[in-house]
Amino acid sequence: MDKINLIIDHKPVQVEPGTSLLKAAQQVGINIPTLCYLHLEDLNIENKPGGCRICVVEVSGRRNLAPSCATVCQEGMVVKTNTMRVLNARRTVMELILSDHPFDCLICAKSGTCDLQKTAQDLGIREIHYKGEQSHYKEDRSPSIIRDMDKCILCRRCEMMCNKFQTVGALWGINRGFTSVVAPAFEQDLVKSTCTYCGQCVAVCPTGALTEVDNTNQIIRALANPKKTVIVQTAPAVRAALGEEFGMEPGSLVTGKMVSALKQLGFDYVFDTDFAADLTIMEEGTELLKRLTNYLNGNKEESLPILTSCCPAWVNFFEEYFPEMKDIPSTARSPQQMFGAIAKTYFADKIGVDRKDLIVASIMPCLAKKYECQREEFKTDGNPDVDYALSTRELAALIKQSNIDFLSLPDADFDKPMGESTGAAVIFGTTGGVIEAAVRTAYEVYTGKTLERISFEELRGMEGIRHATIDFNGLPINIGIAHGLGNARELLESIKAGTCNFHAIEIMACPGGCIGGGGQPLHHGKSGVITARQKAIYQEDLAKPIRKSHENPYIKELYTEFLGEPLSEKSHHLLHTHYFDRSKVKVVIPKTK
Amino acid sequence: MSSIKVELHENQVNELVEVCKSFSNDPFELIHVLHKAQSIFGYLPAEVQEIVARELKIPVAKVYGVVTFYSFFSMIPKGQNPISICMGTACYVRGAEKVLEEFKRKLAVEVGETTKDGRFSLNCLRCVGACGLAPVVMVGDKTYGRVSPDGVQEILAEYM
Amino acid sequence: MIKHKIHILVCGGTGCKSSNSDLLVSTLRNELIENGLDKEVQVVLTGCFGFCEQGPIVKVLPDNIFYVGVKPDDAHEIIAEHIIKGRKVQRLLYVDPKTKERIQDAKGMNFYKKQLRIALRNCGFIDPESIDESIARDGYAALAKVLTELTPAETVQIVKQSGLRGRGGGGFSTGLKWEITAKSQADQKYVVCNADEGDPGAFMDRSILEGDPHTVIEAMAINGYCTGADKGLVYIRAEYPLAIERLKIAIKQAREYGLLGQDIFGTGFNFDIDLRYGAGAFVCGEETALIHSMEGERGEPTFKPPFPSEEGYLGKPTNVNNVETYANIPPIILQGAEWFSSIGTEKSKGTKVFALAGKVNNVGLVEVPMGTTLREVIFEIGGGIKGNKKFKAVQTGGPSGGCLTEKHLDIPIDYDNLIACGSMMGSGGMIIVDEDDCMVSMAKYYLDFTVEESCGKCSPCRIGNKRLYEILETITKGKGTVEDLDRLRNLSEVIKDTSLCGLGQTSPNPVLSTLDNFLDEYEAHVKDHKCPAGQCRDLMTYWIEPENCVGCTACARVCPVSAISGERKEVHIIDAALCIKCGACLEKCKFNAVYVS
Repeated sequence: MDKINLIIDHKPVQVEPGTSLLKAAQQVGINIPTLCYLHLEDLNIENKPGGCRICVVEVSGRRNLAPSCATVCQEGMVVKTNTMRVLNARRTVMELILSDHPFDCLICAKSGTCDLQKTAQDLGIREIHYKGEQSHYKEDRSPSIIRDMDKCILCRRCEMMCNKFQTVGALWGINRGFTSVVAPAFEQDLVKSTCTYCGQCVAVCPTGALTEVDNTNQIIRALANPKKTVIVQTAPAVRAALGEEFGMEPGSLVTGKMVSALKQLGFDYVFDTDFAADLTIMEEGTELLKRLTNYLNGNKEESLPILTSCCPAWVNFFEEYFPEMKDIPSTARSPQQMFGAIAKTYFADKIGVDRKDLIVASIMPCLAKKYECQREEFKTDGNPDVDYALSTRELAALIKQSNIDFLSLPDADFDKPMGESTGAAVIFGTTGGVIEAAVRTAYEVYTGKTLERISFEELRGMEGIRHATIDFNGLPINIGIAHGLGNARELLESIKAGTCNFHAIEIMACPGGCIGGGGQPLHHGKSGVITARQKAIYQEDLAKPIRKSHENPYIKELYTEFLGEPLSEKSHHLLHTHYFDRSKVKVVIPKTK
Repeated sequence: MSSIKVELHENQVNELVEVCKSFSNDPFELIHVLHKAQSIFGYLPAEVQEIVARELKIPVAKVYGVVTFYSFFSMIPKGQNPISICMGTACYVRGAEKVLEEFKRKLAVEVGETTKDGRFSLNCLRCVGACGLAPVVMVGDKTYGRVSPDGVQEILAEYM
Repeated sequence: MIKHKIHILVCGGTGCKSSNSDLLVSTLRNELIENGLDKEVQVVLTGCFGFCEQGPIVKVLPDNIFYVGVKPDDAHEIIAEHIIKGRKVQRLLYVDPKTKERIQDAKGMNFYKKQLRIALRNCGFIDPESIDESIARDGYAALAKVLTELTPAETVQIVKQSGLRGRGGGGFSTGLKWEITAKSQADQKYVVCNADEGDPGAFMDRSILEGDPHTVIEAMAINGYCTGADKGLVYIRAEYPLAIERLKIAIKQAREYGLLGQDIFGTGFNFDIDLRYGAGAFVCGEETALIHSMEGERGEPTFKPPFPSEEGYLGKPTNVNNVETYANIPPIILQGAEWFSSIGTEKSKGTKVFALAGKVNNVGLVEVPMGTTLREVIFEIGGGIKGNKKFKAVQTGGPSGGCLTEKHLDIPIDYDNLIACGSMMGSGGMIIVDEDDCMVSMAKYYLDFTVEESCGKCSPCRIGNKRLYEILETITKGKGTVEDLDRLRNLSEVIKDTSLCGLGQTSPNPVLSTLDNFLDEYEAHVKDHKCPAGQCRDLMTYWIEPENCVGCTACARVCPVSAISGERKEVHIIDAALCIKCGACLEKCKFNAVYVS
C-alpha cells in the first residue's frame, strides 16, 4: 500500500497506512502527551481506550478535537497539536483529572516517577479552576500490592494487563460515571480476589494508585540490629535493570555496583539468587529426567509435560485456575525459596547462627515474591526462610536514602559460598532462560556428552508462545515456552485438550520474564526497555566462565557436604514443595429449605 | 469468595444453572443471563453473580463490573412493594421532585433503599412513557398518574 | 374473517393502559356480548393514539368519534347510547380548549389536523397483536416488493434517494449507512434495531413497538436483504415490558406466516430476529456502546472508526438504526423515494415524531413534516400552554439538546436548523416549560441526568459533567459568582470538544443554550441571588404577613420541621433558619397569610 502523506504542525509527514497521529507526530519530533495510551511494541501489549483525552489534537475539517492515539492518519490530513484551542482543552481536561485526585504528591510513593505529575508539569498547570467532590475509597493492602484508588485516573491500563494480557480477571472497571473505578469483584480486597500478585498492574499504573508494599524500613531496622546477621540475595533480572533507577540506559549491567551498594548498606553477606538458580536446575533438571525416563519406559502413572515452577505468580495462577493440574508442575521451589531454605540451614550452621537470628532479604524484580515468602509452607516454626522480599525499585530507594552515589561505586564481587553462580543461572531472568539452563544440564546428564553449543538461540526471543525441539542424542525433546499468563493459559488449555506434545514447558508470568517483572524500574510505556534488559542478561551469561549449573563448584560442594544428591530426602524436605487448590470461585452448595 | 450471607434455595440455583445452559454458557449472553437471574432471585447478590461467573467461565469481577454498570440490576433486595418515581423530564417539570421528597420523608429512606420492615423500596426511573399522566409513580406493576405530594399518603395507605 | 360493521378502538399504549384501558376493553366486550352485538361490533386494543393527555382514548369507527378520559364505568353508556341508539356520548367527547366546543368528528381536532403520520401510520388503527390487521394495512408488502422485484442495490438506492436520516441522534443518512454495511465484506453481518429509548421524555419508539411492531420487523428484514445480513437483533429496554411482549408476539406470528425464517416468499432469502435486553444505561443508545452491551460487556462506547457498519457485533459488519427510522422504510419502498423526499425541508426529508410533554395542554406523540415550526407544534397541535401561563422555552433533543425560546418559534424544525440554534433533534423529546420554571434548574436537571448516565470512560464526560453540575448547584443555591458563568462556558465547550462519544459531545448543550438564551436568569442568580422563576428553594424566603394571620395554627401543624411558632389566635412566625422551604404552610394557609419571595 502507498504511504500516507499528511501535515502536522506545518511539517510534512509520511507514514505507513494505519499509523496513528500520535506516532506520526513522534516521527517529526512532536511528543503529544498521553496518560491512558500504552504500547509496548516489542511485547505486543497495547492499551488504547481513548479515555484520558489528554492527547487531543485539531484535525482540519473535523468538528471536534481528535484523540491522536486512536485517530489513524489519512491522506492529506492537516493536523495541529498546539493551538490555543488544543492547549486550553488539554489543560482543562488535566485540571478536571487533578480535581478528582489527592494532592499529597510530596509524600506519594510515585512522586518523581508519576506520569500524571510529569504531564501536569509539562502542561504548566498551576491552578485548578474546577474544584468539587473527590472520590474516596478504602485503601487495600495485600502482601504485595497496595491499591489507593483515590489516585486512580481510569486509564484502564491495569485492567488491560490483568485481563487481556494476564487473563487473571482480578480487576475490572466497576460502577459508572463519576463513581467508576477499577476494582476486584464486590470491591473486596485483592487478597480475596483471583490476584496472582504478578504486579503488572503496578508496572503500568501512571499514578500512585497501584504501588508495591514497601519493606525498606524493615530492612533498615534489621541492618541496625546488632543481634541479627543480615544476608541478601539478588535475583538475576535485578542487575540488568537497577541502573535505570540512577539514570543509566536500559540494558546497562550493574552487577558489581549493585554488590558494592549492598555491602555499603551493611549486609553481612551479599549473595546471589543465581546460586539457588543453579541449585534449581539440579533439582528441576533431575526431576525432568526422572519423569521423562519413567514416561519413556511406559510408566502410565507418569504424565508429561513437566512445567517450571520458579515463578510465584505463575504458581498462584495455576493454583487458582488450574487446580486439577497441580501435579504437573515441577515440585521444585523457586530459587528465592531454595536460597532461603539453604541459607537458614546449611549456611546458618556454617556460620553458627541460629535461624531466628539470621535475616534473609531478597532483592527481586517481582512483587509476587513478597507474597511467596509469606507462604506457610516456607516457614519453620513460624520463621520464614526468606524474611523480606524487596523490589528492584525498593533497593534503589534504599540506596538513595543511604546517600550512596551509585554511579561512582566500584565493582565488587558476591560473597562465597552462596554468591557463586553460572551463566545458566543468570538467564533465569529472561523468558526462555530457565528451560535453556535446564537443557544445558539435562542434555549432558542424559547423554553423558559435553554440549558443543551452549547457547540455544531457538529458545530465545520475545514471542509470547514459542516452541522448539532439542535433539537429545537422537531423542527429540519438545519444549514449550510462554511468558505472560494469558499465553500460559493458552498452553495449559492445549495440554488439557491434549493437542500438544511437549515434554517440558517454561512459564513466566511477566512480559519478557523476570526482566519485565512488576518490581522493576518503570518502563513508562517505552518500547524496547525490556528487550534491552534481555540483551544484558545474555551478555552476562556469555561473560561467565562457567555456563552450566552442574559445573558450579559450590553447588557440588553443597551436595557433597549437605544435601547428598538431587531429589534426596533432604532435598525434598528443603527444596521441594506441594501445591494447593486455591480457586476462589468455589462451587456453591445450596441449602435445601 | 464472598462470605456467604445469603442462603440461596437449591431449586433457584438449579434454575439459574439451567438458564445459563439454555444460553450455551456463552459469555456474550451475560446480560441476558443476569436479567433472568434477577427475575429468579429478585436481585443479584454476590453469590448469584459468582454462580453466573462460574457457569459462563468469566471472572466474577467482570460480572460485578457489568452488574454495577446497568441501573436495572440491583444488589439490594427490593421491598415487597417497590416504589418507582418517574424522573423523566415531563414528570420533572410537573413536580416529580416534590413527590419524591414526600416519599423519602414518609418512608424515611433514601433513593435505592428499602424500609427496615422490608415493606417498601424507593427508586427513581427515567420515563415510563406515560408522560400524559405526569408525574407518574409506580408501585409494583400499578401505575399512579398525576400524583401530588398530598397524594403520597393515600398511595402508601393502600399497602399498609 | 368476520366482517364487523363497527370498530371500537381502545388505546393500549402504556399511558392509557396505566389508566385501566384493559378493564375498559373487557367491560366493553362484556356489554356487547350481553347485548348480542359481539358479532357486529369489534373492540380492538390498539397501540398509542398519541393523545396521551386525556387518556384512555376510545375511537369509534366508522363514525370517527373520539372519546377521551374514558373509564370502565363508561362502557355501558357507550354501548347503550352510541352503539345501540346511535347517540354520541356528549360528555366524553373531546372539548377544544379554545372554542370550548365538543368535537363531533376526530378530523376536527387540531391535535391531528397538522399531523402527517408515516412512522405512526398504524398506531391506533390496528390491533398490534394481529398480523392480519397489519397485513390488511400493507404490512409486509414492501418486503414482498423488494424480495421479488428489486435487487439489494436498487433498494438501497431508494432509501438513499428518499433522503431519510437516522431518527435517533445525529441524523446520518440511512441509505448511506446501509450502503456501507452492504459493501463491507464478511461471512456474517447483522442488522440491529436500537430500541433502547433512554431519553427522558421521549416515548415514540415505545409507541411504535407497542402499536405497530410488524413494521419494525418488516423494515429489519428489508435491511437484512439490502446489507446481506440474515440475522436481526432488537436491543430493547427491559423497562418496556409491553413493547417486549408485543414484539415477541409479532415475531412469532411473522415466523408462522413465513415472513421470518428460511426462504421468505420463496426467494431464498433467510432472515430471523432475536431480542437483546438493555439494562438501564442511556449511553447504550450510542451504537458502539449498544453493541458492547449486546456482547455482554459494560456499555462503554469505543472510538470510531471502525464504524459498526465495518466492525460491529462480534466484530462483524452491523447496521444499527432506531425504531422510528425503521418505521419509515416500508412506506418509502411502497410509495417511492420521490414521494418521501417531497415531504420536509431541503436537507431533512419526511416527518419526525415528537414526544410533546411538560407544560402544554395536549401532551402526546405528534408526527409532523420536517419544516413545521415549533409554534405550530406547541400552540396548534399542542393546544398552547397549560393554565394560560406564559410560554418560556421548549427543550428539544433531551439531555443532548438545548432550550429554545420565543424567538425560535417560527424556525422550521429540521436537523440543521435545530443544531444552528444550539439544540438538536435527538430522539424527538419536546418539553415545554413556562414562566414558573427556572432555566438554571432546568440545565441542572439535565446535567444530573448526564452525570448519572455518563459511562465514566473518558475524563471530560466523567469529571467535567460532574463539575458542571456542581457549579449549577452552587448557582441555584445562591452561592454562585459571575466567574462561575465563565467557568460553565469554558468547561462546556471543552467537554463538547474532547469527549469520546455523542453523550459527552452533546451533554453541555442544555447549559450552553440556557446561557445563550437566558443569561439574565443566570445573572439574577449570581448577582442578585434571586431566582426569577421562584423555583430555587434556597433563594426563597417564606414569611407570614401579620395582618392576614388569624393564628389558626394550621401552618405550624403542617410544618415538617417545626419552624413555625405562635400561640393560638396570635400571629405566627416562620424561623428562616429552620425553614426548609417545602411550601407546605403556603398550601395549607386559608387566609393568604403565607408569602414567599
